[in-house]
Amino acid sequence: MDIKAYIVLALTLFTIGIIGVLVRRNAIIIFMCVELMLNAVNLLLVAFSKMHAVSTAAKALPTFASDAQIFVFFIMVVAAAEVSVGLAIIVMLYRNTHSVDVNFLNRLKN
Amino acid sequence: MNNVLQIAWLIPILPLIGFMINGAGRNVLSKGISGFIGSAVVFASFLLSVYVFIQVKNGNTHVAHYFNFISVDFLKIAFDFKIDQLSSLFLLIITGVGFLIHVYSTSYMHEEPAKDFAKYFAYLNLFVFSMLILVMGANYVIMFIGWEGVGLCSYLLIGYWFKNNDYTNAANKAFIMNRIGDLGFLLAVFWLIAKAGTVSFDEVFSAATLAKLSTTDITGITLLLFVGATGKSAQIPLYTWLPDAMAGPTPVSALIHAATMVTAGIYMIARSNILYTMAPLTQGVVAIVGLTTAVLAATIALKQNDIKKVLAYSTVSQLGYMFLGLGVGAYTGAVFHVMTHAFFKALLFLGAGSVIHAMGGEQDMRNMGGLKRYMGTTHLTFLLGCLAIAGMPPFSGFFSKDEILAAAYANNPVLWGIGVITAMMTAFYMFRLYAMTFVGKFRGTHEQEHHLHESPAAITIPLIILALLAVIGGWVGIPEVFMHGGHRLEAFLEPVFEQSNAITVKHELSHATEYMLMGISVAGALIALLYAWNKFSKYEKTEVPSAGFSKLVENKWYVDEIYNAIIVQPLRSLSVFFNNVVEKKGIDGLVNGTGKAVNYGSRQLRWLQSGQVGAYVLLMVIGILVLFIIQLFL
Amino acid sequence: MNITTLSFILLSVMAVSSGIMMIRSKNPVHSILWLIVVFFSISGHYILLNAQFLAIVNIIVYAGAIMVLFLFVVMLMNLNADTEPVKNYRLQLIGVISGGSLLLVILSALMKMDSKQIVQMKVGDAGLIKNLGNVLFTNYVFPFEISSVLFLSAMIGAVIIGTKE
Repeated sequence: MDIKAYIVLALTLFTIGIIGVLVRRNAIIIFMCVELMLNAVNLLLVAFSKMHAVSTAAKALPTFASDAQIFVFFIMVVAAAEVSVGLAIIVMLYRNTHSVDVNFLNRLKN
Repeated sequence: MNNVLQIAWLIPILPLIGFMINGAGRNVLSKGISGFIGSAVVFASFLLSVYVFIQVKNGNTHVAHYFNFISVDFLKIAFDFKIDQLSSLFLLIITGVGFLIHVYSTSYMHEEPAKDFAKYFAYLNLFVFSMLILVMGANYVIMFIGWEGVGLCSYLLIGYWFKNNDYTNAANKAFIMNRIGDLGFLLAVFWLIAKAGTVSFDEVFSAATLAKLSTTDITGITLLLFVGATGKSAQIPLYTWLPDAMAGPTPVSALIHAATMVTAGIYMIARSNILYTMAPLTQGVVAIVGLTTAVLAATIALKQNDIKKVLAYSTVSQLGYMFLGLGVGAYTGAVFHVMTHAFFKALLFLGAGSVIHAMGGEQDMRNMGGLKRYMGTTHLTFLLGCLAIAGMPPFSGFFSKDEILAAAYANNPVLWGIGVITAMMTAFYMFRLYAMTFVGKFRGTHEQEHHLHESPAAITIPLIILALLAVIGGWVGIPEVFMHGGHRLEAFLEPVFEQSNAITVKHELSHATEYMLMGISVAGALIALLYAWNKFSKYEKTEVPSAGFSKLVENKWYVDEIYNAIIVQPLRSLSVFFNNVVEKKGIDGLVNGTGKAVNYGSRQLRWLQSGQVGAYVLLMVIGILVLFIIQLFL
Repeated sequence: MNITTLSFILLSVMAVSSGIMMIRSKNPVHSILWLIVVFFSISGHYILLNAQFLAIVNIIVYAGAIMVLFLFVVMLMNLNADTEPVKNYRLQLIGVISGGSLLLVILSALMKMDSKQIVQMKVGDAGLIKNLGNVLFTNYVFPFEISSVLFLSAMIGAVIIGTKE
């Protein structure tokens, strides 16, 4: 399987995530699209790790393929932490404004 | 002679100084002082002109160089004055008649408030200045400066009583028609620059330059110059402004529209005589246009009831005569007629002014009559003027008009025939005017009758002087048939026209033919004169509306209406169109639209700082996009 | 067309279509569910690449914990299709276009690349849990410990933000 296929796939998912962030107004959905983007990146990383596994094995060098997968692991860790904090914030905002509409959250205006 | 060069520049500068003093001080100067200054500067110019004339008569012609006006590439236009026979003659006419009219005006305009009085004299001085520049210029460009200046002053003076809308419309009409002519003049100058590389008279008329110009060039240039002349000197098709220009004060009509400005066209063609002699086609055009104008204006004058309008159409007609003279090659004759016309036409206008003054502002001849009982001097001088214009010997008009008619006969008898008929019409309408005004029963109201009196000295003295000139002025041009060597004017002007005379084939008329021509024209004019005198001394006011040919003539051949329909209305609807569509929607739209666009843009830009997170993300994405594009493809 | 390629294509289609459905559905709960489907398909990809550990961890952590957390919050706010705010149509269009053009730009840059690197699929011991654990606890033990500190701070942060004053 060519690496390009994985690149295209990951890019597509990433773009879908970006479009979702731009199109939706619900804060939670936007958050979820961010998760989607992260996942696309994860997929790409794993694909690259396997690519390295092939290319370096051909040259009989020590493989560092696992490093990318460890990286993915850590991304997941951070994503989890970020989700918990982020959702806590959203809940707080909902408590104050009773809406999750991003357009209402324009405190950065001034 | 150095003296001439030293003083030549003073001649136009003195009236300019008068203009500046009267113009700047119009709020403070009294009427007496401003009138005195205005007249004195012109008189001083007149004295200097006399000196110059005497010098020139002794054979000292000059080109006085002052400074380089334009110096571009090959084109050198210097601010020079050409002092020769033609210009010195015109100088005398302008300053002399001008001075008399200035004196006349001090009395005629005395009812005006002091500020307007000073303004009047300032404009009048400015006019004299421009006219002097026109005749003294040594090249077409300097002449054009004066040309434009007199057009401007004409506008200012016609619209002198600017509070009346009709008068200002008349002023506009004069200026605009002048402008149309000026376009022709300018095109001719450009053509000349392109082909000859110079505009100076001496250089253009030199054999070397003339050899450079093809027949087409010369014909084209002369035709375009003639277009300029039709505008300035009121020929077909640009003559309709002159009758309307009677809206200005009568002395203005006398000076500008009888004696000086309208003769600028003739001066210009006389100056360029060699060019015209080399373009027979243009000469034919000039002759025919001049003759047609003469006839047309004469027919209209037959039926006019306003005393000034009759004189205005008479001026147009006489100018037509002058152009006829130029067209058949009688340059001296045309210039001669300019001189005599200046005398008797100014006289007639000033006399009419005197009558109007006495009648308390009334200008309609149907309400006049029998004034000779009340205004002896005016009556006598006016009669002399009428006799002169009708071409009665031994008055001045006879000699000049006859010279033109003789030359016309030599060229083409048909021209002569029509010219004689026009002369008869001239005699007719002039004596109709005379009789309706001065003879018979008084037809005005009782208050007018009580008000009738002879005018003061400031008015009558110029009349007397002009009448004298009108009587004897023709004696400088006695033709060969009467006295050998009697045509002193022709001898005087010969250096100016010698180039043309060398080329033209002279048609010599036998003495017998000349006597016969003279006899016929004088007899015809006399018959018309007596008939009119007789008919109109018994004039009764009637309300009969005229019909047929009378009606056509009475309404000035509907020329004004035709112009209105063909030119004015389409122009007006074009400008309305421009106003509504281009101005309001286009340009206003553009200007307002810019404002609106800025508004819109700023509203959109406000969005940048809206605090909407979504907007920020969008901008981020767009930024990344741009960066990628730049990085990957550029 | 061998089975590998076929499953790749299948999984890709599933992932992309679920992603699109996720951003299109009005109901937030539906969006969450579609996202879970995406995660499953990505895990499928991981299995195809023989990254076994990650596949399982993806399911457990993402689909299992994170999505459930999302679901709790959505249920808490009682969001459904009616209360969902909809963005201005024009802005939506602009968003789609900019995202789409970003994709196109990068893809076109990609097309210029003519390397032919292939990916090792189905086999390979890079993804085996034994190897991963080995690497994790030898080379990356420090980040591993720090991540526990990260979790601690996240928990404390979430609690502090969440308490009512």
